[in-house]
Amino acid sequence: MVAFVCNWCTYTGADLAGTSRLTMAPNVRIVRLPCSGRIDPLMVLKAFERGADGVIVSGCHPGDCHYTSGNLHARRRFAIFHDLLQFFGFEEDRLTFSWVSASEGLKWREIVDGAVERVRALGPFEGFRYDRLSHGEPLEIPISTVAPAPAPAGGQA
Amino acid sequence: MKELQELSRSLLADGQVNVVIGWEQGPTGARPVFVTKPEDADRLIFDQRCVHNLAAYLSPRRPNVGKLGKAAIVAKPCDAKAVAGLIRESQIKREDVVVIGVRCGGVLADPASKEALSAETVSERCPGCESREPTLADHVLGDMPPPPPGERRRDARIDELEAMPPAERWAFWQAEFERCVRCNACRQVCPLCTCDRCVTEKTQPLWIESSAHSRGVFAWQLTRAQHHAGRCADCGECDRVCPVDIPLGLLNREVARIVERRFGFEMTDDPAAAEPIGAFRMEDEQEFIR
Ligand code: SF4
Ligand code: SF4
Ligand code: SF4
Repeated sequence: MVAFVCNWCTYTGADLAGTSRLTMAPNVRIVRLPCSGRIDPLMVLKAFERGADGVIVSGCHPGDCHYTSGNLHARRRFAIFHDLLQFFGFEEDRLTFSWVSASEGLKWREIVDGAVERVRALGPFEGFRYDRLSHGEPLEIPISTVAPAPAPAGGQA
Repeated sequence: MKELQELSRSLLADGQVNVVIGWEQGPTGARPVFVTKPEDADRLIFDQRCVHNLAAYLSPRRPNVGKLGKAAIVAKPCDAKAVAGLIRESQIKREDVVVIGVRCGGVLADPASKEALSAETVSERCPGCESREPTLADHVLGDMPPPPPGERRRDARIDELEAMPPAERWAFWQAEFERCVRCNACRQVCPLCTCDRCVTEKTQPLWIESSAHSRGVFAWQLTRAQHHAGRCADCGECDRVCPVDIPLGLLNREVARIVERRFGFEMTDDPAAAEPIGAFRMEDEQEFIR
C-alpha cells in the first residue's frame, strides 16, 4: 500500500507515531509531498497501475494548511475524484482519504490499520489485470520505466 | 438564414471582423466554414444539422484560425458556454470576438442526417437543455423555437448505473473503455482542451500510459473527465466524434452533476461566473475524508 501525505501535518504525525514507538500494520510505504494540494489523482492511479492494492491520501486538517488553503483546493479535487471513481465502480475501500495533524500519531495508526484491514478484506487489486490484451489470463504488470529505489540502509518498518 | 448572411456580410464589409466562423452546406451535410469575403456570406447556414461547436476554432491552440484576424462566431447557447469558458480562463478576450448567437431548439445527433428533429434523432445532450438563446452574444438571430423533443435520457441512464453494485459498474465501464483506441479525437475537438501540452502526451514521467491497455485508458478517461469538471460546456462534441462510441456524454453529465451537487455550480455563458475549481468554501462537504 502507498500513502501520499503532506510534509507538514500527516508526515510529521506519522513520524510522531514512529518516535512514540506505536506498532501498526507494516504494509504502507509513505510518499512525502510538500502539500496535499500537490497530490494529483494521477499519482493515486499510478500507484494502482503499478500494483498497489490500496492507497491513503492524507494532509492537514482544514484551517491547518501550511500554505493556508492547499488542502481546501485539494479537497474539491479529491471530492470529484472520489465521486468519479465511485461512478466507475472502483472499490471505494481501496482508497482512504484522511486529515491527520502533526500531533495525531494515534490517529495515523488508526488510519493505517483501518485502511490495511479494509484492503485485506478485498484482497489484491486485479482491476487492470484482465483485459483484451491478456486473453483472459491475468496479466503481469511490468514495472518498466522506473527502477525501484534501493531500500534505505537500516530499513524502515 | 437571410438574417445571418446579411449580418455576416455587413460585419465583413465594414471591416468589423476578418472572418466569420459558421456552418455551410457540405457534400454530405452541414460542416464548419470560414468566410473571409463579404460575397461569400451567402454560404452560411443555420439549422438543426449545425451540430459542431465552433468555439474550438477560437482556442489559441489553433493559431491557423487566429491568423485570419478578428473573428465573428456563430454560436448556439451551448457553444456560447464554451466561448464564455475561454474568456473565463483568459484564453481569449471578450473584445476579440463577435458572438452571433442563434436561438436553438435542439440539433440532430448527426450533421449529415436528413431526418427531421424528433425524440429519436435529437442529439443526446439536447433534451432538457433550458437555454434557448445565448446571453453572451452581440447579436441574437432566429425565431424562438420550442424546447428540444425527447426526455433526458442520460440522467435516467446515470441513475440506472448508480443503482448497480460497484462491481457491475466497474465491468460496464471496463467494457466501454476497452474499445478506446486513444486516438485523442475527444480532446482534439474540445473547445476547452486548451493546454499546449496535454498530460496524456507527457512521457517523462509517463503519467498516462499511451497503449490502449486498460490501465492507460482508465487513467485517460478519468483524467479527461476530471479536468473538465466545472469547465465542460456540454456541447457533446467529444461524444459525437468518438470513433468507438464510448458514452463520453454520460461522463460529462455525471461530472456536471457532481459539481452541481457538491459546489452548487452550473455551467453558464456568463464569463464572469466564478469557476468551482481553483476556489473553495471552508464548509465544503468532506464526508469521504476520515
Ligand atoms: S444543448 Fe441546448 S443549446 Fe446546445 S444544441 Fe442542444 S438545445 Fe441547442
Ligand atoms: S468535454 Fe466534450 S462536451 Fe464538454 S466542452 Fe469538451 S467537447 Fe464539449
Ligand atoms: S475519441 Fe474515443 S477512442 Fe478516441 S481517445 Fe477519446 S474516448 Fe478514446
